Amino acid sequence: MDLNAIAEYLPLFGEAALLTVKLGILGIIFSIIIGLICAVVQYYKVPVIRRIVSVYIEISRNTPLLVQLFFIYYGLPKVGIPTDAETCGIAGLAFLGGSYMAEAFRSGLESVDKIQTESAYSLGMNKMQTMRYVILPQAISVSIPAFVANVIFLMKETSVFSAISLLDLMFMAKDLMGMYNDTVEALCLLVGFYLIILLPISIVGTIVERRVRRAGFGS
Amino acid sequence: MADALLTIDNIVKRFGDNTILDGISFSVKKSEVIVIVGPSGCGKSTLLRCINALEPIQDGKITLDGEVIERNSKTLPLLRQRIGMVFQSYDLFPHLTVLDNILLAPCKVQKRDKEEVKQEAMSLLERVGLKEKAKSYPRELSGGQKQRVAIVRALCMHPEILLFDEVTAALDPEMVREVLDVMLDLAKQGRTMLIVTHEMQFARAIADRIIFLDNGKIVEEATPDEFFDNPKTERAKQFLNTFEFDSVRAKKELAE
Repeated sequence: MDLNAIAEYLPLFGEAALLTVKLGILGIIFSIIIGLICAVVQYYKVPVIRRIVSVYIEISRNTPLLVQLFFIYYGLPKVGIPTDAETCGIAGLAFLGGSYMAEAFRSGLESVDKIQTESAYSLGMNKMQTMRYVILPQAISVSIPAFVANVIFLMKETSVFSAISLLDLMFMAKDLMGMYNDTVEALCLLVGFYLIILLPISIVGTIVERRVRRAGFGS
Repeated sequence: MADALLTIDNIVKRFGDNTILDGISFSVKKSEVIVIVGPSGCGKSTLLRCINALEPIQDGKITLDGEVIERNSKTLPLLRQRIGMVFQSYDLFPHLTVLDNILLAPCKVQKRDKEEVKQEAMSLLERVGLKEKAKSYPRELSGGQKQRVAIVRALCMHPEILLFDEVTAALDPEMVREVLDVMLDLAKQGRTMLIVTHEMQFARAIADRIIFLDNGKIVEEATPDEFFDNPKTERAKQFLNTFEFDSVRAKKELAE
């Protein structure tokens, strides 16, 4: 292994890692927002919109991210919607992640006993207040394990961004392997950087999960 | 009827083809304590849930101080604030401490001053003997303690009427008393209460009026003494008999 090569590539990988993290975080934030909205819509069984949401969830969960990205990146400009690669990456990840987050939150919402809603109503709370102060806090703590798994999953999925020419970690590794044949060095850096990004998420996730479990709401 | 606080006017409640409440009418005056008794499945709990519009009714009208209680109406949350309800199963919010459970609705819904509500909550908790549990979570409390907190939580909203839906039914026998004592105390203070219970002696002690419900209809309505000593209907007699036991020993001796 050529250490000089590694030292030389390190800044390049650093930059690529920053892009991966940036797009990943933004995509995940939008996933959470989409997921929450979809989960609440399904929880309240909002007519019509609920159908749209379930169609979206099925499409999103049963097609590969790469295909979704191609649709957004190559398809949208064909119908007159201009897109740039970074926006596409974020949008693609949010499109995929939204459904996974929705399922995580929905199972959390459904785990909250009906009596909780009723006692909130009988205290004079409206639907919004009940959702915000009573249902969501309980639902989210139930959703935490699934939520953490989704965050890690989505962060890893960013590796297909290279296919729409985003200069992420995967792109960098492929590029260097192709150009200079420094395969071993590039692969080591690739794995190393993914671990640097993902291990802390895993560790924090485990700690949060354990704390929530210890709080163990139920009676 | 003019001074009735809560009026139930000929309400009908159906689940599918099943008629649960079949033309119930009565009214509750201020400071009155009414106990509703009846066999399981006679619609007692459903009646309370209808009053709070947790269940839709198919016919009839429920009014609180002249205002109609209607599901999906804009004023429903406001009306519900004036009706306190305590359920059979523990309905405290598990993610909040006892104190936060009590403060949540007065602060967020009624927008009252937190310190003021806190003082009130603490003095009520002290009154029900749970002052030192203010910082505990519901899971750390016994069933009886949870129900007492639920009562305090309802009281802190300053309701005009309190509904109790079999609040001791899920409790171990030794915890029933502590909850009933709190309710007796409330009755002494002149609170308006509508109670569904299976505790007959308690019903007799606390009620101004007993309503006996069977098959979705009011079968008998009387003072406690009248109802328990001289029930007028055959159905009420049968019902009260289920709480009596003939001595087995006497029978054994006869057989010998």
